[in-house]
Amino acid sequence: MPVANRSILAGLGALLALGLAAQGAPAAPAGPPVRIGSTLALTGPLAATGLVHKIVGEIYVEQLNRKDGLLGRPVEWVLKDDQSRPDLARTLYEQLITVDKVDLIMGPYATANILSAMGVAQRYNKLLIHHTFGTPSLAKYDMQFPAGGLAGDPDNTIPKLVFDALAASGKAPKSVAVVTSKFPSVQFISLGAREAAKKRGLREVAFLEWDFGNRDFGPIAARLKDAKPDFVWVGGLGLEGNLLIDAMRKIDYMPPLHFHLFPAPGPLLKAPGGENALAATTFEEHPPFTDNPVAVEFIRLYHERGAKAGLPDTSVENQSAISYSSWQTLETAVAGARSLDDKAIAQWLKRNHVDAIVGRLHWDGPFNYIYGTDLYKVKQNQKGKWVIVWPKEFAAPGARLITP
Amino acid sequence: MALPSLTLLGQSLLSGLFIGALYGLLGLGLSLSWGMLRQINLAHFALAFLGAYLTYQLAGAGINPLATLAVIVPCFFALGALMHWLLARFSVSALVTFGLTAIIEALIQWIWTADFRRMESGYSDVKFRVGALYVALPELLTLAMALALSLAVWAWLRHTYTGKAMRAIAEDAPIAAAFGVDVHGLSLLLSGLCAAFAGVAGLSLALSYTLAPGQIYAWLGVVFAAVMLGGLGNPLGPLVAGIVIGVSEALTMAFTAPAWAPLVSFSLLIVVLLARPGRI
Repeated sequence: MPVANRSILAGLGALLALGLAAQGAPAAPAGPPVRIGSTLALTGPLAATGLVHKIVGEIYVEQLNRKDGLLGRPVEWVLKDDQSRPDLARTLYEQLITVDKVDLIMGPYATANILSAMGVAQRYNKLLIHHTFGTPSLAKYDMQFPAGGLAGDPDNTIPKLVFDALAASGKAPKSVAVVTSKFPSVQFISLGAREAAKKRGLREVAFLEWDFGNRDFGPIAARLKDAKPDFVWVGGLGLEGNLLIDAMRKIDYMPPLHFHLFPAPGPLLKAPGGENALAATTFEEHPPFTDNPVAVEFIRLYHERGAKAGLPDTSVENQSAISYSSWQTLETAVAGARSLDDKAIAQWLKRNHVDAIVGRLHWDGPFNYIYGTDLYKVKQNQKGKWVIVWPKEFAAPGARLITP
Repeated sequence: MALPSLTLLGQSLLSGLFIGALYGLLGLGLSLSWGMLRQINLAHFALAFLGAYLTYQLAGAGINPLATLAVIVPCFFALGALMHWLLARFSVSALVTFGLTAIIEALIQWIWTADFRRMESGYSDVKFRVGALYVALPELLTLAMALALSLAVWAWLRHTYTGKAMRAIAEDAPIAAAFGVDVHGLSLLLSGLCAAFAGVAGLSLALSYTLAPGQIYAWLGVVFAAVMLGGLGNPLGPLVAGIVIGVSEALTMAFTAPAWAPLVSFSLLIVVLLARPGRI
């Protein structure tokens, strides 16, 4: 073949290869950015978890912009610090909508702040996707969409899940102590646990409530030691479970089994005395969750970013997973509705589902909640690692609930 | 209602005694600067947490937590004196100390992030058994440090010339100065000491608690109550009042609903304010 012909063929081949590559790779987003506004508790008492949501949001927005953004436009996340204060969250959401004029909003972290944001969203007819709203009965806005996997009746579903897990372990407890913070969302789920225990014939040997922010868990630990329950339901938020465990260890006591509703997972995992502790979750770093390549990539990125941000524990678990799922919900709904119009996106969400890393999310119940079922599972701290032990189909390979 | 067992009662009393000692230790510096220098130093709590984080950091580098005091106490003394000098030099209001709290909180969060930090030390798991009761070493150390510091300051103020001069400043600074008391120097000394006490309280916090920057504010209410109940500028007051509050709270938790416990400290404060309004 003459050299000239070979050159032409090579040139054509290169053009073809370029064309194929361009077809396979997503087009870079272009045009004015889609601005998504939200607040997070970056300072104040909820900041430890707020930081998790910040890292996840940053990862997701970067992933979006590496693909084709939202509707082909790049995404800009306008994030403000609500200092863990609901009153400030309300002001900042007003600001995001009226001054910053963001296109879309995302929910903040924690029930009270979400409730504040929800009021603002309702006033301006904005869609609000959120992940950590613990009191669904208070969500009366038609364009709010929970993406955290919680049912509309968590006071029914979570206690049922936990007591089912205990019953299936073969050593079901006969007596129970329900101890709980008076933090609204955990308190009402814990009251549900009381009812569930009663219905199953468990003897309640103690019911104790403390104010959120309690510093001295010594007397509560002493009362538990006195009551000798087979199982302790700890309606704790964040570090409260750790403080209770510390106090129990100081008096040389640990109950045979203890469940923690919404713990700080990293510290509880590492806490002496936290061995075999049970907790609620939607996601852990093991199959079947890691069968999803999206989840695997997220886990990799979260480990990397978490370490860079100085997090002592960089595992992906409940908080980070539901945070990621809420961003997945927003992306899928915008793509599905092919619009940034809040009402159009809300309509799409009501009629469709989203397959997120925590499982399938759908919103076809009253006020976009599903009743009687949720995406929560029971996990246990086994040898310094959280593993799901119930329901069986989500359990880590070979894992089962360890009872004393 | 069934009566609590003697063990439960005893263990709750101990728990109240220990948490009360921590209230007292946290309140000591606050009470002295408020009562003697007329300076409500809201940054005192932030300093205590900064001390706790520094203890955590140094202990993480392999230093015995108690030995960290050799670094923290002199540093905090200098910091406290510097803060006082700045506040006096620019005649700024006490509200500035609240701003300082926010700055220190931001600094802590910047260095150690908002995530929870727990100091691992050989002291954490040590406990003694006394009959049916258990005494944890970290809490015992807190009680010992609170007692030692409160008594030492009391003795210093009562039995030394510097202490007497300090009390004279608290009574009437211009008159004390007219009698040759070095008001400026002694004020710097006391401010330095107060900050150093915050550093010691930080050690206690690090020994017994998991740390997070936002917790700075969790102690504010109850420690203020202990300081006011104990009498401003009284070195033994915060410890005694702290123990009264701690024990009352613990007994409330042992006998009734634990959620009622916070009512106790503030109810006590109101009663004292009504009964002895001139005390504060």
